[in-house]
Amino acid sequence: MSHTNRDYALLGRDARLAEEIGLVSAQWYHTDLPRKVMKELMTRSDQPAIRDTIILFSVMIASAGAGIWLWPSWWSAPFWLIYGVLYASAMDSRWHECGHGTAFKTRWMNDAVYQVACFCMMRNPVTWRWSHTRHHTDTIIVGHDPEIIAMRPAVVARLILNFFGIFELWGNAKTTLQLIAGYMPETTKSFVPEPERKRAFLIARIWAVIYLGVAALAFWMQSILPFMVVGLPILFGSWHMVMTGYMQHLGLAENVLDHRLNSRTVYVNPISRFIYWNMNFHVEHHMFPMVPYHALPRMHELVKHDMPPAHPSILSAYREIIPTLIRQFKNPDWFVKRELPASAQPYRAEYHGDLEPGAPTPGIAGYDAQARPVAAE
Amino acid sequence: MPWIAACSADDIDTEDLIRWDHAGRSYAIYRSPDDDYFCTDGFCTHEAIHLADGLVMDYVVECPKHNGQFDYRSGEAVRLPACKNLNTWQTRVENGQVEILID
Repeated sequence: MSHTNRDYALLGRDARLAEEIGLVSAQWYHTDLPRKVMKELMTRSDQPAIRDTIILFSVMIASAGAGIWLWPSWWSAPFWLIYGVLYASAMDSRWHECGHGTAFKTRWMNDAVYQVACFCMMRNPVTWRWSHTRHHTDTIIVGHDPEIIAMRPAVVARLILNFFGIFELWGNAKTTLQLIAGYMPETTKSFVPEPERKRAFLIARIWAVIYLGVAALAFWMQSILPFMVVGLPILFGSWHMVMTGYMQHLGLAENVLDHRLNSRTVYVNPISRFIYWNMNFHVEHHMFPMVPYHALPRMHELVKHDMPPAHPSILSAYREIIPTLIRQFKNPDWFVKRELPASAQPYRAEYHGDLEPGAPTPGIAGYDAQARPVAAE
Repeated sequence: MPWIAACSADDIDTEDLIRWDHAGRSYAIYRSPDDDYFCTDGFCTHEAIHLADGLVMDYVVECPKHNGQFDYRSGEAVRLPACKNLNTWQTRVENGQVEILID
């Protein structure tokens, strides 16, 4: 029988130990780039995001319109599938990029798209903004990063059900109901400052009014059709978000301070690039989070000499992820340590780059190694 | 309170900033689009990230990690996650040198 030696709880044992050994709010490795180049890459522009937003909303309106027109025939299904992916996956990347404030140059445009995307994803714009802030401060630091989506060892049923949006919808609906009632769990309070909490409650209550309106319409129509437009797409459209999201960090290192060790860059097809808004360049995004999505391909060309080679396809990434997750059932300390090209700065011990696959994080998991029976490799 | 020479005025591009460390403390010195000079504490008040790697847009500096933003003229935090204002320091340009009034 295998055991995890990790405590992923945000206020748990490993949270405290990570702080003790300097993994929290730490300095991270980053590739050196000239200041002028960085400034050019970070420069904001409205044009790419306006173009993409017009395309996104146009296709959403057209596909939802066709779905409604053909409802309840099965001929409406392909249109709902298109609408669902845009509603529950493209909106995830819009939530993400607008949350960073980098998608548009104009602030109100970022904020407006952020609010719409949060509503579609049923992610409270306050709590999720702060959750993602923590994810960037303490990326995949056990006990501190609230966005670790696969613990070690992974819960396979959960990983599969995520493709159908089950936990996304259930978890976000539960959180929304808690916030409507004015309740915020202590773990969430650990990363949401007190002055921000009232706004989280207010927005949840505004959403409640909207959802009640949708429910009233559905009752009046005696049909679930209104929920096919609002809410239910999370169930049939999250799969793309999950497929791309799993590639970000799964199977890579925990408790390191070098994004080359815990994040993954993957080349993907143009449609997925549009839906995912270039977050397939994930090492680059984490290393330089203020570079807008539209500049990430250029950034990638400038830093790839210092990165593990990008995976050539989604399939290639999963060929790495799946065997690693399986191996973690035997040894939760196992991870993929990708080789760097000769042109790269080596992984350095001060960023925990000396952590080797199969070995526990010094100072965190090592102390209970004796209590943890690890199957032979 | 002494005026301390920090850098040459030409060391900073227009609408940009540099890091300046002095007496165990770190600062950020800015050159505005109008070629005025300003100085604030160097580290973001949200987390210990130096602003010198951030982007200056007009009179706002953006933290390179989380996009907290400050008006560097007043130090006012103008975008979350930055909630607390930056300390600001008086500047002047004397003989092509940017000087900071350190208390």
